[in-house]
Amino acid sequence: MTEAATEEALEKKMNTVPLKMVGKDVSVYYGDKRALYDVNLNVRENTVTALIGPSGCGKSTFLRTLNRMNDTIDGCRVTGLITLDGGDIYDPAIDVVELRARVGMVFQKPNPFPKSIYENVSYGPRIHGLARTKAELDQVVEQSLQRAGLWNEVKDRLHESGTGLSGGQQQRLCIARAVAVSPEVILMDEPCSALDPIATAKVEELIHELRANFTIVIVTHSMQQAARVSQRTAMFHLGNLVEENDTDKMFTNPDDQRTQDYIMGRFG
Amino acid sequence: MSSTHIVSIYDEELKYLARRISEMGGTAEQMVGDSVRALVDTDAALAQKVISEDVVLDNAERQINEKAIITIAKRQPMAADLREIMGAIRIAAELERVGDLGKNTAKRVIAVQSSGMPRKLARGLEHLAELALMQLKEVLDVYASRNIEKAKEIRERDDEIDAIYTSLFRELLTYMMEDPRNITPCTHLLFCAKNIERIGDHATNIAETIFYMATGAQPEGERPKDDNTTSVGAVQE
Repeated sequence: MTEAATEEALEKKMNTVPLKMVGKDVSVYYGDKRALYDVNLNVRENTVTALIGPSGCGKSTFLRTLNRMNDTIDGCRVTGLITLDGGDIYDPAIDVVELRARVGMVFQKPNPFPKSIYENVSYGPRIHGLARTKAELDQVVEQSLQRAGLWNEVKDRLHESGTGLSGGQQQRLCIARAVAVSPEVILMDEPCSALDPIATAKVEELIHELRANFTIVIVTHSMQQAARVSQRTAMFHLGNLVEENDTDKMFTNPDDQRTQDYIMGRFG
Repeated sequence: MSSTHIVSIYDEELKYLARRISEMGGTAEQMVGDSVRALVDTDAALAQKVISEDVVLDNAERQINEKAIITIAKRQPMAADLREIMGAIRIAAELERVGDLGKNTAKRVIAVQSSGMPRKLARGLEHLAELALMQLKEVLDVYASRNIEKAKEIRERDDEIDAIYTSLFRELLTYMMEDPRNITPCTHLLFCAKNIERIGDHATNIAETIFYMATGAQPEGERPKDDNTTSVGAVQE
């Protein structure tokens, strides 16, 4: 097969991956200030989508619209349409707590609850009624920690405080906590920016494994990380979606000059 | 490039690679020109100079590779920068090969010298070398200018060299058939002609690399070929 044909086949394959979330003409205002301008961006199932762009470009804002984290900010207004499996997530009938169980989130700084490792992971499944017995709950905790690649490191000290873990372990604990409620989509807002390279590599390996079962959207300032972990990349600039492309294309030969300048570290 | 890097020393590193490639190109050009001159004029001293110059290109290629690898490790280049650095590595290798071919031609000068060379053959070789050198010179100009149209043109012109090479090949065979004493010098000349023809191929490779560096895409279509020596002398049914 020629290179062009391979590329075409890949693109075709990517185009047949079902859409998990759809953003249509999404605009976000913080009071009078407009932070996002009519963004049209789709998130494909079992795909890692990376959002990149300079600080203040709107990538985190967009990420937060996907599970309505912006609701908690005073004066924040979202227009346009965002759907999850075709259902409008801004529909007034939607239960936001339930939405956030389906679309989980991991933050920049590891933020475990000041409770035991076990309680950190079991809290979500318990309040969402995902486990009926102690045995079931134990199983969810173990499975989640396994999935987060943390089980072997913490299985003997499940009842010690989560805040006593190292930074990298704490972040994987937060991922285990997010995974525990069996979400469909996991949003990650710079999950590795506070971690050392080894902890970062572990989280990246984890993202790779999680992709089989979850849809992942990750905001990152590291171009290399976006290139390593994602299949699709979206570039934001000044509140606009500048380019969305296959990651391989994005980092070798992007279509947009602004993407080119940004990823190469050039003056625009 | 329309813009410069925020980290200015990164620009310096890329400029260093470009400058070293241009220098290599100049040396390779000189070597090839001298080697053909030495062959045609049976000038053993000039041939010796070419042979001793090859080490310059070998060293330059090694230095370019080392610098490129350090730059990749340090800057983790993306997009056009990454293509620029990979292109430098590839072009340095092509130019090093061009130098080797010039050196090989120069080495044969002494062998051909003893038996003398028919004037007509020398003319043919000179013409072949002129074309190959022009290809090389132009492709080095394109490396500096990044003129994509010109790169495509160079790529499409390689068949001229192939055609002349094929006719030289036939001629040399004729000489060998005429008189077995011609076999030794003509075999050497055949290798020399092949060397020069290969230089055209390397120039074409460089043109393709430059096209990729500038556009991020491979040039479309097969490159034209007119090297028919593989079937010269085949029994006609």
